[in-house]
Amino acid sequence: MLEVLFIGLSLGSILLLVALGLAITYGAMGVINMAHGEMVMIGAYVTVLTGIWLGANIFAAIPIAFVVTALIGLAIERVIVRRLYGRLLDTLLATWGIAILIQQAVRLELGLSFFGIHIAGLGPGLQNVSVPAALQGTFMLGSAEINRYRAFIIVVTAVLTALTWLIMYRTPIGTQVRAIIRNPKMAAACGIDVARINALTFAFGSGLAGVAGVMMSGFKTVFPDMGTPMVVDGFMVVVMGGVGSLLGSVFSAGILGEINGLVAAGTNDILARAVVFGVVIMIIILKPKGLFSLRGR
Amino acid sequence: MSIDRRKFLKSSLLATTGALASPYIINPVSAAGTINVGVLFSLTGGLSIIEKSLHDATLMAISEINASGGAKGMKINAIVEDGASDPKTYNEKASKLVIQDRVPTVFGSYTSASRKAVLPVFEKRNNLYFYPTYYEGFECSKNVVYTGAVPNQQLSNFIPWIIKTLGKKKFFIVGSNYIYPREMAKVSKILIEKNGGEWIADEYLELGHSEWGSMVNKIKGSGCDVVLSNVVGDSVVAFYREYKNQGLTHDKLPICATVTSEIEIAAMGPEYAVGSYTSFPYFQAIDTDRNKAFVERYRAFVKDPKAVTHHALESSYFQVFLWKQAVEKAAEMTPTAIREAVKGQEFDAPNGHVKIDPDNLHTYLTPRIAQWLPDGQGKIIDAYKQPTVPIPYVAYGETESNLFCTAKGLETAKLKI
Repeated sequence: MLEVLFIGLSLGSILLLVALGLAITYGAMGVINMAHGEMVMIGAYVTVLTGIWLGANIFAAIPIAFVVTALIGLAIERVIVRRLYGRLLDTLLATWGIAILIQQAVRLELGLSFFGIHIAGLGPGLQNVSVPAALQGTFMLGSAEINRYRAFIIVVTAVLTALTWLIMYRTPIGTQVRAIIRNPKMAAACGIDVARINALTFAFGSGLAGVAGVMMSGFKTVFPDMGTPMVVDGFMVVVMGGVGSLLGSVFSAGILGEINGLVAAGTNDILARAVVFGVVIMIIILKPKGLFSLRGR
Repeated sequence: MSIDRRKFLKSSLLATTGALASPYIINPVSAAGTINVGVLFSLTGGLSIIEKSLHDATLMAISEINASGGAKGMKINAIVEDGASDPKTYNEKASKLVIQDRVPTVFGSYTSASRKAVLPVFEKRNNLYFYPTYYEGFECSKNVVYTGAVPNQQLSNFIPWIIKTLGKKKFFIVGSNYIYPREMAKVSKILIEKNGGEWIADEYLELGHSEWGSMVNKIKGSGCDVVLSNVVGDSVVAFYREYKNQGLTHDKLPICATVTSEIEIAAMGPEYAVGSYTSFPYFQAIDTDRNKAFVERYRAFVKDPKAVTHHALESSYFQVFLWKQAVEKAAEMTPTAIREAVKGQEFDAPNGHVKIDPDNLHTYLTPRIAQWLPDGQGKIIDAYKQPTVPIPYVAYGETESNLFCTAKGLETAKLKI
């Protein structure tokens, strides 16, 4: 039973890992960022590339992936998203376009494959990342055999969530972000540089997705389309948790993960997925603003 | 203006009828000494990773045939179309090849979904399709030549071997949730029960899904002593990784797979599959000069010194040669004549001797079992001495002496579902 609960926790932590960045970009900025999954994918590819070209392991890839995806996020915000604030559906379409561009860039090796130049680690094929021996296999926790890699993901997710909470609730910049979530115009009127804070927030959210990508690369296949299904799960968590609420995302990821784990253990994975979607639909019907909703003023 | 409206209409009408009629005038043997064929695989989209290799193997066979004088003295001209990993596109491209290009044969498809999508085109126009992938059987078309394995060629040797040689009796059957794994499971269960084993679970995960935590935990707690995997695509990779990460090892609880080929092994990192087993008629490791030369030629053809070869790729290659022999035997270049001529054709393929069954148009292949090594190659530890007969309806009671699918078509009365 402990093992089933652990798997549920692990599923929840994976959901949260992907949703954390979305909770910030969607919640704080009202941008439906369809390219979020591609940020996860880039994070995974950073792990592959640093492994091949720098001989770095998965730990070293975490900060590198954060910086790379944060910079790409910053560029996307500066060039495109900035012009679309307040136009929810337009952000959806524009970021979807960006997502396709990024996928193709990886597939076509940044366009170099047209000239017959190939970069090891990019291209349309499947890639893999080797995981350090310390993270392979299992350890015993009481009577339960615990998967080391999944435990590692839970720890990383917990650390990132704590970090995000600290930044949002214990720093001046976080205060400004929260002010923008409540009412961007009023925040601007109070002297907050909304454009700058938005850019930083978007970069931070993208960076979190990059770290999620590093973690995914260790136990999933790395390929150009890998981010697409993740973004769906991410939005599910954010919407159920309540847009703009960090605590809401944490709870909804945990609940959905455990439901998935328990139903899958009792019946099968296919039914578990259906039940998860059913629960999300019920909650959205009963509480349209999600479990923990903020009231904007 | 010299062209008035009536004249314009007249001439354009003539031009259109001309254009419409021309395909009927131009034979598949179009310009003197060339013969057109269609090559239809996904060059873009999610499946292109694997289908590109089938496409390359087909073109390689065509170029080798052309280099040695062509088919019946004619150069083979490949008309390449892209199925784009989408069954609907497959259907459109197949129609284009058959109706507009009037090719007498198309080589193509990897998934059953894409084959099912093009089937009506070939049956309605009475054209000919060569399909190179192992598949679930349960199909009997006089317009398709199947050169990959059917369930009895992957399982009839595998299950008894697992029970008798490995001494494993309790099976956990796991697969992706669609027709191929479900049909494979059906055949497996018959064979397991016949050989004195038992199956304790038959579980599925969505196609393309890669979260294996719950399933592997279930395998762990099930008390099985062998896992029979019909998992397909990139979820294979996540499955083997999760398996090892949850502390399961292939020496105690081996995965015996029907889909995991050299390509998937390379993608997951060979250390996750070391010691597990796969059943296929072809492995890159087949230790014959003919196969080694084939692997070398393929690597040179795709300009990748590390490219791997696998079962569907090898079938894509040798089926073109079977077709060539049929063309040389056929009196005319029509799909029907080629189909009649391909019946009973034999060829020495990289995997060994192959032969087209005159009744069901499937292929005699040699079942083999390999254990995966740390270098990502299979070590062949069991093989039939000779090719075995293809039985596409084995799950429904078809046997070698009681065929359901014959040259006359499917005898539906025998089929008990």
